Amino acid sequence: MAIPLSAYLILSGILFTCGVLGFLIKRNIITIFMSIELMLNGVNLSFVAFAAQWHSLSGQIFVFFVMVVAAAEAAVGLAIIIAVYRTRETLNVDQVNLLKL
Amino acid sequence: MSWTTLAHAFPILLAQAQIFAAPSGAEYMRILPELVLSVFGMIIMVVDPLLDEKRSHKSLGAIGIIGALAALASTYWMAQNPGSAFWNMVRVDGFSIFFHVLVIAIAVVAILSSYEYMAVQRIRAGEYYGLILFGTVGMCLMSSAVELVLIFIALEISSISTYILAGFRRREASSSESSLKYFLLGSFATAFFLYGVAMMFGATGSTNIDAISNALRSGGTPALAYVAMALMFIGLGFKVASAPFHIWTPDVYEGAPAPIVGLMSTGPKAAAFAVLLRVMFEINAPGRFWVIWVSAALSMTLGNVGALVQDNIKRLLAYSSIAHAGYVLVAFAAQPELGTSAVMFYTAAYAAMNVGAFAVVSHFANAGEKYLTLEDYAGLGRRSPMLAATLTFFLMSLIGIPITGGFFGKFYIFSAALKSNLIGLTVIGLVNSAVGAYYYLRVIVSMYMSEPRREVPVMPTPPAMGFAIGLCALATLYLGVLPGRVLDYATQSASQLLHGITVSGSLINYSNNPER
Repeated sequence: MAIPLSAYLILSGILFTCGVLGFLIKRNIITIFMSIELMLNGVNLSFVAFAAQWHSLSGQIFVFFVMVVAAAEAAVGLAIIIAVYRTRETLNVDQVNLLKL
Repeated sequence: MSWTTLAHAFPILLAQAQIFAAPSGAEYMRILPELVLSVFGMIIMVVDPLLDEKRSHKSLGAIGIIGALAALASTYWMAQNPGSAFWNMVRVDGFSIFFHVLVIAIAVVAILSSYEYMAVQRIRAGEYYGLILFGTVGMCLMSSAVELVLIFIALEISSISTYILAGFRRREASSSESSLKYFLLGSFATAFFLYGVAMMFGATGSTNIDAISNALRSGGTPALAYVAMALMFIGLGFKVASAPFHIWTPDVYEGAPAPIVGLMSTGPKAAAFAVLLRVMFEINAPGRFWVIWVSAALSMTLGNVGALVQDNIKRLLAYSSIAHAGYVLVAFAAQPELGTSAVMFYTAAYAAMNVGAFAVVSHFANAGEKYLTLEDYAGLGRRSPMLAATLTFFLMSLIGIPITGGFFGKFYIFSAALKSNLIGLTVIGLVNSAVGAYYYLRVIVSMYMSEPRREVPVMPTPPAMGFAIGLCALATLYLGVLPGRVLDYATQSASQLLHGITVSGSLINYSNNPER
């Protein structure tokens, strides 16, 4: 039985929304960062689903680029998180509040 | 297979057939500035560990300046080879040449103003200059990319470099905090942009801007395309710091090194505006008008009102940059023919005055960026008359007083808005300009009319910094006195951008066009 396109899109929407909620609710920087990765993976799922629907490879190739960029972002992001931890000794965003928002 | 599907598949097959032809020399010429910048960036990374730590930043800075100037020169050869390259991923037209020159010029001035700053702040230079060059590669590619894949990668190249640059004052907790905030919110926004791209791919079956525009024009507008535009606008709205996606701006600008703030408040912003122009006008984005209208009005109002209560000059200029993003968005709501050239002129004028203002701020801030409040600026008119005068000039330009670039920038934007019957938005914009004058004048009044409360040392202006500030002042003056040439160029390339696509329906190839 073929799974319809809408199922993939709904799942991808749910993943993306989970990521957004995690970003907004969670207080630990690492968890926030993981939420962003979850959002990117939600996007990847819809790219692949649309690629299958359009019989076009470009959607799948896009996913490769997204994964590469996400890896680069992870490297830089974790380095920044370490720099923050060295100066503040905390990973709670509520305590990283030197600059008033 | 029916005839209609065959006819539909034919251009795609043609496009795929091109894949097997190797790129020609002319195609490499079309990305020459990016190649030059990357090569020099890599030279810096390789040379850095070989150098003596104490003297390294001078030589690395020199390599950086040479690289940026070489890239600026290479835009000439790029301009000699207009057309699309690499399977219609990159397009060189007047529009992309304009933004290449602008962004690379910003990088030159940013490197010049960092040259002595790094020694004063005792920052180990290392990859600093390399990152500026790599970031510039991303910004350049953003302006010439006509494929959403490349736009996404270019956006990330420029963003990731600026995330790192924002945290370069590593000993200061505020700098790494600014870097963290920029990084988290920036990646959050990128995810939205990417989701928009996925939706656009789902709606049209392509990620090429020409193909998307054709699909939307011929096949009607599916609901998915509206969602896609909204999501992409969220992502790009963050990059240009327009309300309601502006929250990060003051914090990031306050903590980041001042010359970098000058760079990132103008370079990535100009590039993101270039992408917005391509996405909004070349695709002829559906349902964009009210989204842009609301965002422009909000940005102008929140930016100017927020700036009124700031005492820290970097935060003040950050709120002012939100307000200026709002002014630029006004032009996006206008008719494409009028709006595009106004946006291009404004980004150039804004770059000249804002990079200049931040160069002066970074010099006054001194070691550890200690002197940033308005009180520290008291009495500067007497202690450092030349610098105070140039800062006054930049601030007047930000207000929009005649004989400065800022005046003509605002003038073209609001006249474009009026010609497109955007009375409400124009009124909001003009009221906001008046409000804005108040807080810029506060800085000027503080410099010339109040007595300093604490001892603020003023060092003599070092040569590279002085040169950078002079260049910005000259550019601001030039755009304010003789705006004609830049505006003509902007108008020409705007009509190229808009009509190059509408006249010749399908995938266009400038190099085969007899007119060129």
